Amino acid sequence: MARPDGHLEEEKVFKDPVHRYIHVRDELIWELIAAREFQRLRRIRQLGTTYLTFHGAEHSRFTHSLGVYEIMRRMVENLEKKMTWDPDERLVCLAAALLHDIGHGPFSHSFEKVFQTDHEEWTQAIITGDSEVNAVLSRMGEDFAGRVADVIAKTYDNKLIVSLISSQIDADRMDYLLRDAFYTGVSYGQFDMERLLRVMRPEEDQAVFKHSGMHAVEDYILSRYQMYWQVYFHPVTRSAEVILSRILNRARELLEENYEFRQQPVHFVSLFNATMTLEDYVRLDESIIFYYFQEWVKETDPILSDLCTRFMDRHLFKYVECDPSQQMLIWPELQELFRKIGLHPSYYLVIDSSSDLPYDFYRPGEKDERMPIHLQMPDGSLRELSRESDIVEAISGKKRTDHKLYFPADLLEDQTTFAEEKQRILTLLHQQEGS
Amino acid sequence: MLQEHAKLLAMMQHTGEIVGRKKLQKLVYIAKQMNQPFREKYQFHMYGPYSEELTLQVEEMCQAQFVSEEREKKSGYYQYRYSLTEQGKTFVDAVLPESTALDSALLAELNEASSKFLELVSTILYFEHLPRDEVRAKVYKVKARQNYSDEDMDEAFDYIDRLRRQ
Repeated sequence: MARPDGHLEEEKVFKDPVHRYIHVRDELIWELIAAREFQRLRRIRQLGTTYLTFHGAEHSRFTHSLGVYEIMRRMVENLEKKMTWDPDERLVCLAAALLHDIGHGPFSHSFEKVFQTDHEEWTQAIITGDSEVNAVLSRMGEDFAGRVADVIAKTYDNKLIVSLISSQIDADRMDYLLRDAFYTGVSYGQFDMERLLRVMRPEEDQAVFKHSGMHAVEDYILSRYQMYWQVYFHPVTRSAEVILSRILNRARELLEENYEFRQQPVHFVSLFNATMTLEDYVRLDESIIFYYFQEWVKETDPILSDLCTRFMDRHLFKYVECDPSQQMLIWPELQELFRKIGLHPSYYLVIDSSSDLPYDFYRPGEKDERMPIHLQMPDGSLRELSRESDIVEAISGKKRTDHKLYFPADLLEDQTTFAEEKQRILTLLHQQEGS
Repeated sequence: MLQEHAKLLAMMQHTGEIVGRKKLQKLVYIAKQMNQPFREKYQFHMYGPYSEELTLQVEEMCQAQFVSEEREKKSGYYQYRYSLTEQGKTFVDAVLPESTALDSALLAELNEASSKFLELVSTILYFEHLPRDEVRAKVYKVKARQNYSDEDMDEAFDYIDRLRRQ
């Protein structure tokens, strides 16, 4: 039951392992959480295949979205003490924080690569299209849903609000670092969020940080850096991603060839032929994907069956480090050898680059597209963070790229057939690593 | 993954040197909107559509010495010049199937435009799903600092129409 001011009669709270409590007092937020498109996020893991590397990483996009909302709620509460704005903007901020990931599908990273879809476009479609979320938002006024969608698309005219949800230091990143660290069990990813929120100050285009809080910002930047390389770019997770994307590619190829599936991929057809409706998309979640993968283990197509078995039983590909400029010299021979031993190189010899994954640790702008983090100096002037912080300057612009070549080591090491060819492949692969 | 890198290298074969990171970003975005086979994912940023993925691919190609990046100091900022190396040319020939055709004339024409103009064109294309008067209003709002005039907007719309007719 809500009061005329849009507040619930009684504040609701969710227990949360990262923020302890998540507080909801707006009817709008309560109803958005109850919408079916938001509830679907319970069935989508936040970190995709990372659970195969860090077994605790089973948390969902639902819990992350609630966490981002809670951080935004606290940000807004703090900022409102230092500025005045249209009260309507507060609800735009909170709704955008809650819904920022609503368009994510199962294993979004692989799906987007294979099918050229974009979860941000689906987010827009869910917010502005025929959905329960849109029905709730529209009760706030004709243009309210559009305003929330604009914040998430970063095209909203109030840039301060955009920066709170999407910038180098925002509610989304703060929550995922803390939450992913908690659930993976790693000791990186920790920083003093309370302090960051306390030293945050509103400016015209972005939130800045009081100079005295610089060390808390440094801590946050370093946490991000470490989480990317220790968790998000973990080579075993990437091996699972490689296999997952090959399964999807294979299923699409078989469908195009009119292969007779034992289990017809009805949930995928509209995705494969790019006719997916909003309703089809909302129905797709990880439980559906796992169902098909389990069924496809029994398919007669040896590639699809093998890849699904590998994914479900965690018999992943091994890898060697590789250098693309060296790799191109042996690539034709490697492909030919794979064909000779009966392994399709498109499915069993895969280069994966860390650039296929999120990579956004801080780099100073020069004339770049990123809004740098600014410190508010004691005299009120603004200074870009890396100009003040030696630690941040030290890691700014230090690009690490990482290419790995994935292959089924078990099949190559079994030399009962094609022993000579397999040995040659292994020699070439390990030459790569040494080069 | 290498296919996407190779397409960018092939693009540089057609354009020759590209001056400025912003121009490179907008050039690929506009070409993609004109049905060139690029797959980089774009989001809206400070200067319009921007692809983090493209930035990383270019960094990787520079590290692999397929692309040469030269930095020159301008007043208050650095400008970057990108061109294909001999090693990069060899890589394209080895990796990119002949069937991957790029529109040489389109790419060369885009490279001749200024980065500020390409920023406007790419921003218009980003909002193209809206009616034209709404696109104008949106661009004036999100690009208030660029002070684009009505004439600039007309020129950009004409430019887009012409590219589509080619």
